[in-house]
Amino acid sequence: MSQTTDIQGPPRQSFSIGKIWTDKRTRGLVIQLLATIAICAVVLYLANNVVENFQKLGKPFGFSFLQQESNYDINQTLIEYSSRSTHARAAVVGILNTLLVAVCGIILASILGFILGVLRLSPNWLVNKLAYCYIEFVRNVPVLVHILLVHGILVHSLPKPKQAIDVADSFFLTNRGFFVPKPIAEPLFWAVIAAFVIGLIYAFWYRRSARIKQAATGEQSPVFWVMLGSIIGLPVLVYILTGMPLAWEIPELKGFNFKGGMALKPEFMSLWIALSLYTAAFIAEIVRAGIEAVNKGQTEAALALGLPRRRTLNLVIIPQALRVIIPPLNSQYLNITKNSSLAIAIGYMDIVATIGGITLNQTGREMECMLIVLGLYLFFSLTISSIMNWYNKRLALVER
Amino acid sequence: MSKLTKLAAGAAVAALFAANTSTAGTLDDVKAAGHVKCGISTGVPGFAFTDDGGAWQGFDPAVCKAVAAAIFGDTSKVKYTTTTGKTRFTALASGEVDMLARNTTWTFSRDTDLKLDFVGVNYYDGQGFMIPSELGVESAKDLDGASVCIQTGTTTELNLADFFRTNGISYEAVPIETNDEARTNYVAGRCDVYTTDASGLAATRSSLEDPAAHVLMPEIISKEPLGPLVRHGDSEWADIVRWTLNAMITAEELGVNSGNVDKMATGTDNPEINRLLGSEGDLGAMIGLDKAWAWRAIKMVGNYGEVFEQYIGADTPIGLDRGLNALWTQGGILYSPPFR
Ligand SMILES: N[C@@H](CCC(=O)N[C@@H](CS)C(=O)NCC(=O)O)C(=O)O
Repeated sequence: MSQTTDIQGPPRQSFSIGKIWTDKRTRGLVIQLLATIAICAVVLYLANNVVENFQKLGKPFGFSFLQQESNYDINQTLIEYSSRSTHARAAVVGILNTLLVAVCGIILASILGFILGVLRLSPNWLVNKLAYCYIEFVRNVPVLVHILLVHGILVHSLPKPKQAIDVADSFFLTNRGFFVPKPIAEPLFWAVIAAFVIGLIYAFWYRRSARIKQAATGEQSPVFWVMLGSIIGLPVLVYILTGMPLAWEIPELKGFNFKGGMALKPEFMSLWIALSLYTAAFIAEIVRAGIEAVNKGQTEAALALGLPRRRTLNLVIIPQALRVIIPPLNSQYLNITKNSSLAIAIGYMDIVATIGGITLNQTGREMECMLIVLGLYLFFSLTISSIMNWYNKRLALVER
Repeated sequence: MSKLTKLAAGAAVAALFAANTSTAGTLDDVKAAGHVKCGISTGVPGFAFTDDGGAWQGFDPAVCKAVAAAIFGDTSKVKYTTTTGKTRFTALASGEVDMLARNTTWTFSRDTDLKLDFVGVNYYDGQGFMIPSELGVESAKDLDGASVCIQTGTTTELNLADFFRTNGISYEAVPIETNDEARTNYVAGRCDVYTTDASGLAATRSSLEDPAAHVLMPEIISKEPLGPLVRHGDSEWADIVRWTLNAMITAEELGVNSGNVDKMATGTDNPEINRLLGSEGDLGAMIGLDKAWAWRAIKMVGNYGEVFEQYIGADTPIGLDRGLNALWTQGGILYSPPFR
C-alpha cells in the first residue's frame, strides 16, 4: 500500500473511526469484507439447513445410489445400456442425448440463421419480407409450443410403420421415426479413413504455404480446388479403389416395427427441428445486425481498390461482422443447450429425463440428482462460453 | 418447465430454506389450515376426474374426502394437487401435500428408502397390457419389437423392463408422463401397446372411441397393491388416514352404509358397529378426533362397496368386477383389522 500513498494526494491524517466511512478506499474494503461475511453466512446457513432437514426426514445424503442398477429402459442410447446398467450409466446416456440434440441444434440453427439473416438483407422485397415474417412469427411463440407442435405433427400426421412412406426402398418415414440405412464398415474401410486424415492434413498445410507464398510473391494458388480434392477427392478415390468397403444395413419392417438401419425417433426429430427453427430466428437477427454494423464505406473502399465482390465479402465484411456476431451468438448456443431440457415434455430421454427424472423418482434422491443436473448444465454452459470466448479473442481487432 | 423439475427444485429449495420441516403434527397443521392437502392423479376415468362443476370426484379423491369428513365433517375441505407418476413422492416428501391417494403401489423401497408410509390398500391390482384387437396379438409374450407406452417413475416401468428382459424379447419404451398423454400417443399409434395397472387400463379403455376395439392381454405381470400413503415420521397422522380407510371397509363388512348410518349410530346390538360409530366407547379420542369421526366419513362418502360401485363398479363405464377387492367374507382379500 505504501507505494500508492504518494499518489493518493494529501498526506495521511491520524486515524479516526469516521474515516472508515469517508475514505473511499477503506469504505470499499469494509463493504467488501461485510459482503463476503454475509455471503459465507448465508451459504453456511443453507448448508446447515440441508443437513438438518435431511436428518429430520431420516434421509442419508450420498451418491452411492448411482452404482445401483437402474432397472429402467431408455429408448435412445448412444452407448451400450440396458435395465441392468447402473444409474450412473443412465445418466451418461442422458448426457449424451442432451449433447446430441444440442450439437445438432447448434449446427442446424447456425446454418438456417445465417441464411435467413442474409435473406433479411436481400434487396428483393418479397424475399426480404418473407424472411421478416418468418423471424417475427417464430421468435414470438414460446419454444415449448414449437416443440409440442412439431411433435404433434410428426406423431399424428405420419403413418404407422405398416403404411410407412417409402423412399427408394431404403428410407422410411413413420410416426415411430425416420428409418435410414446404416453404414457398416468392412475391414478395408480404415484405409478410407486414413486417406481422409492425410487429405485433411495436406489441405491445411497447402493452404498455409499458399498464404505464405502469396504474402511473399503476390502469386495466388488454387487453394479451394486443392483443398476440395484432398479432403473429399482422395478418400473417395481410395474408397473406390478398395472396392467400396462399406455395407449398408437397410431397415426392414418386422412385426410391429422397422428393424435394422438407423432410426431418428420423433422425439429427437421434433426437439431438434423445433429448437433449430426457433433459435435460427434469433441468430438471423444477430447476423443481420452484424452485417449492417459494418460501415458501408468499407465495402465501397474495397470495391474501389478493385477487390471482386466475393473477396470483399470474405475478406472485408464477414471478418468485421463476426466480431459483432460472436458474443450474442454465444448466448444463443447456450439457449439451445438449456432449452433442450424441455425434452421432458415429449419424452426425449435427456439428462433431465434420466438422472433428473426417472432416477430421481425411483430412488427418491431429489437433492443429489438436482445437484448433478445443475452441475452438468453449468459445465456445458461454461464450456460453450469458453470456446466462444476463445474464438472471439482470435477474431478480435489486433491493435498495433 | 416440467412439473417434476419444478417440484424437485422446490424440494431442494425447501430443504435449503425451511428452517424446520417438521414431520410430526400434521393433524394440527391440517386443522390450522382448515383443509387436507391431498395429492391425486392428473386424471384416470373413474379413479380421479373432475365433474361438470369442476370438482374432483372418483375412487381416489373419495379417500381424501373421507379423511376430511372425519376431521372437519365437510368433504369439501380438501385441497387437491394433481401429481404425475414422477412428481407424486416429491410432492409428498416436500410437504406440498399431506397425503397421496392416486393409484400408487405399495413397495418395499417406497415404504422404507423413500421415507413414506403406506397406510393400507384400497385396490388390489396387477399390471396388464392393452392393445388394439386388429393387431391380433394374443399374448404379451408375442410383443417382440413392439413400441410400448409407459408412464415414467412408476413401478410398471420397472416391471416392464424386467418382463421383456426375462422373456428375452425386445421393445421400444415410449416414455410418457400422464395417463392422458398415454392415451393420445396410443390412439395416434406412436405405441402399439399401453401398459399400466389393469384397473387403469380398463379406465383408459372406457374413454376410447371404440372400447370394444381394444383388448387386455391375459397376462398380469405383477402385484400392484394400490393404496393411500403419507410421509414417514408422523404415526398419528398415518393412523387417521389408515383407520378412515379401515372404517370404510369395516362399514361394508358390517352392513353399514351412507343410507342407514344415521339409524345405526343411535345404537345397535352389534358392539363393533357401536364402537365404529361412536355410540359405545371413544375410539375417536385415541386418534385425536371426536366420537363421530367414522360416522361422518361413512355418512358423507359411503362405505367401501358404495364408493367402488359408484365410480368404477360393474354398472359404470369402467366396469370393474370386485374380484380380489371383494370382502374376505365374499371371496376377496379385502380385510380390515377389527375396531376394538
Ligand atoms: N401403480 C403404479 C402406476 C401408477 C400410475 O401411474 N398409474 C397411472 C395409470 S392407472 C395413473 O395413475 N395415471 C394418472 C396420471 O398420470 O396422472 C405405481 O404406483 O407406480
